[in-house]
Amino acid sequence: MLEVILGNLDLFLFLLLMVLGYTCGTIAEKRHYKSIIKREKELIKLMLVNAEGRFADGAVHESFLVSGSMVVSNDYFKRLLAILRNFFGGRVTAYESLIDRARREAILRMKEEAKSKGAHMIVNLRLETSTIGRSANKKNSVGSIEALAYGTAVVMNRP
Amino acid sequence: MIMTNVGTVPGKKIVEHFGIVQGSTVRAKHFGRDMMAGLKNLVGGELKGYTELLQESRQEAMDRMSEQARLMGANAVVNIRFATSSVAQGAAELFAYGTAVRVE
Repeated sequence: MLEVILGNLDLFLFLLLMVLGYTCGTIAEKRHYKSIIKREKELIKLMLVNAEGRFADGAVHESFLVSGSMVVSNDYFKRLLAILRNFFGGRVTAYESLIDRARREAILRMKEEAKSKGAHMIVNLRLETSTIGRSANKKNSVGSIEALAYGTAVVMNRP
Repeated sequence: MIMTNVGTVPGKKIVEHFGIVQGSTVRAKHFGRDMMAGLKNLVGGELKGYTELLQESRQEAMDRMSEQARLMGANAVVNIRFATSSVAQGAAELFAYGTAVRVE
């Protein structure tokens, strides 16, 4: 048995990485989505718009910039899936969920920052994504993705 | 220093414009963190080291921008935008720009 493994070390390493990536990646993603949905429900009352607000005179107490970001990377298994997808074409669901997760988490972090500073709403939300890290400059590869969300938090003068 | 990313400072009146101010920084994480990120690439998930790195450098870029605005005599920066670009492997440039103004 050991001889077989040692003889095909590269193949076994590949399989091991694939299984490791699949299990860890799936568990992490499920857990993350659960926490995202839970926190989104908690923060739904904090209004978020991506238009510049118009405020009446004296309605605003204070305003400041808030931002949130997350750098996320795909697991080994999904990366292989994506490479296969590149071959056949079509929806690359492996990356869809990755970017979706990063963006929602970034928005949540921004909202949490705004809430901790006592803001009542966030106006002019801007979203940005960029690829960073080792594979950023290589062709045809998506390495780690950064999602950034920023906006202006507004504290109102409430009676 | 008041910072917003809308064209005005909500609730305040702009009395004077000073023009564009900007700040940028290029950062790389040390080797150990890069190795960790490489390992994390296998299992997927958040790369906390990189998230921190980018937050720190964005703050640095904003500090430089507000310093420039302060020298001009402004007390607020409006219409702030961020941009990120990777200049080399493992290094990223963070860039922030906005309009320096004085509000009442």
